Amino acid sequence: MTVKFTKDHEWVKLDGEGIAVIGITEYAQHALGDLVYIELPKVGASYSKGAHFAVVESVKTAAEVYTPVTGEVVEVNEALETDFDLLKSETDGWIAKFSMTNADELKGLMDEAAYQDYLKTVE
Amino acid sequence: MDYALNYEEPLLWEHRAADGCGVDFEPLKNAPLKTGQPARQTIGWPKLKEPQIVKHFVRLSTKNFSIDHGFFPLGSCTMKHNPRLNEKIARLNGFANIHPMQPEETVQGALELMFDLQNWLGELTGLRGVCLTPSAGAHGELAGLMTIRRAHELNGQSHRKIILCPDSAHGTNPATAAMCGYELRVISTKETGCVTVENFKAALGDGKDVAGMMVTNPNTCGLFEAEIAECAKLLHEAGGYFYCDGANFNALVGKARPADFGVDVMHINLHKTFSTPHGGGGPGSGPICVADSLKDYLPVPCVVKTDQGYKLETIEDRPSSFGRLKGFQGQFGMFVRALTYMMSHGGDGLRQVAEDAVLSANYILSKLKGDFYAPFGDRTCMHECLLTDKIQKEQGVTTLDIAKTLIENGIHPMTVYFPLVVQGAMLIEPTETESKEAIDHFIFVMNHIAKDTSDGKANEIHQNPLSTPRRRLDEVRAARQPVLKATI
Repeated sequence: MTVKFTKDHEWVKLDGEGIAVIGITEYAQHALGDLVYIELPKVGASYSKGAHFAVVESVKTAAEVYTPVTGEVVEVNEALETDFDLLKSETDGWIAKFSMTNADELKGLMDEAAYQDYLKTVE
Repeated sequence: MDYALNYEEPLLWEHRAADGCGVDFEPLKNAPLKTGQPARQTIGWPKLKEPQIVKHFVRLSTKNFSIDHGFFPLGSCTMKHNPRLNEKIARLNGFANIHPMQPEETVQGALELMFDLQNWLGELTGLRGVCLTPSAGAHGELAGLMTIRRAHELNGQSHRKIILCPDSAHGTNPATAAMCGYELRVISTKETGCVTVENFKAALGDGKDVAGMMVTNPNTCGLFEAEIAECAKLLHEAGGYFYCDGANFNALVGKARPADFGVDVMHINLHKTFSTPHGGGGPGSGPICVADSLKDYLPVPCVVKTDQGYKLETIEDRPSSFGRLKGFQGQFGMFVRALTYMMSHGGDGLRQVAEDAVLSANYILSKLKGDFYAPFGDRTCMHECLLTDKIQKEQGVTTLDIAKTLIENGIHPMTVYFPLVVQGAMLIEPTETESKEAIDHFIFVMNHIAKDTSDGKANEIHQNPLSTPRRRLDEVRAARQPVLKATI
């Protein structure tokens, strides 16, 4: 499954039928610096596209994580609460899994190449 | 190692207890226990004598860096000199030794001073309704938004739930909106650095649900919001109020009246613009000034002049007020200092304050924009200038490293990593009270940091500060594994 990217530096990939897995990109993690706190959503909570569902905090700043898809949280990566470095992992670095209500929302997102081009325009 | 002039100072509890207490009280006899319960254990107050305590605090005070100590160019904080004349006047018996519960007829002079300060603030902002009670800038913001909310409530506009705020705002602006139960809608200023009619309109929409807008002018990029009057007009047409954050008023005093660019409410930081101490030196004070349309909703008490003399309003005098914000009347000592500052400068002096503050910032900008990247360097800045670490970062030197190197050179760092919309921001506000010599020294140190960076001395810079009592702290570990309790 291909990974898609948002302008706010989240990545999202499909995991089975209608399930979107969301995390934050390497660029975002590097910009934040070492994390000191992460606030995860609750399973069962619903969010619409563009809403913030998690907060990541570093010594420099706190940043909200936005969902690029509308849907309900079906699983949360609780292991992150004790191991922030896990975010870096390609397989285990996800934050939450959403059951999507509209898979078409993924279409507007960037693919890997487009995201790399986009990063060049960001300071 | 303990040096004569760079020493460790233990906590009071860690000092060896004196033989007995510093004060010679008789042991309590037959005194009823206030709690009705005997004490479970002694709470272990340190047992020291007065000379030990005086030495302890004097030694600690020498570790402090203050505005009286050196250059302190914190952006959006206006760390200006606190004239000693202010202190002399504040110590006059009739101001220093009165009590807020004294009968009004016995404190007419103090009330007249508050009334005069209200008038000065009204004149300088063009906003004639003034309430002095808020105790800090953020408290003033809260008072201002509560005034707006009260006006909407009493005028059948309670459905208005949105506050507009640019992404360059001080963090207290969105926080205040949230405290007041409002939702925030962001005006995006990433590209322009300013609120433009275009990006304002995009955030306003039809404006039917908009209660107001919070904007700092000049903004935190050090720029004057040139299109703000037009935005204010559109906001007013849509039924919203314009709240202006007064943190950066030092650039405008005597030059531009906020009322003339459409402001309805503004707080004034007496501890910034009007030279009362802050940053650990004294309490803040954040009076609010409002347009005539909002006067009736201000908190109580304002000072009013009647045929029987000066008087503090009560809620009965003005039932449309949203009520009281705090006990008593605000930071009276700061009112004395601020009015002293205003009267000793006069209208022309205050105007020159703003001019000199802007001149100092532009001097720094023009001298440093070759060595450092200045995102808005093609424009004249106001009282603070904005640089970033874009050039130095390529050599591995960041804004944090630059700040730490300033500390090593005896200069308090500027505001760093703020505003958030600019990567690696360094916001520098020299104020009008620093000498050209002090500013030139700062420029000299900054030039050196840039040169050391381009000469490949990043590794040395990463070591700074070297000569402070503590070197760089492990911020990550402090946040991940905080130790919140000392064990003595």
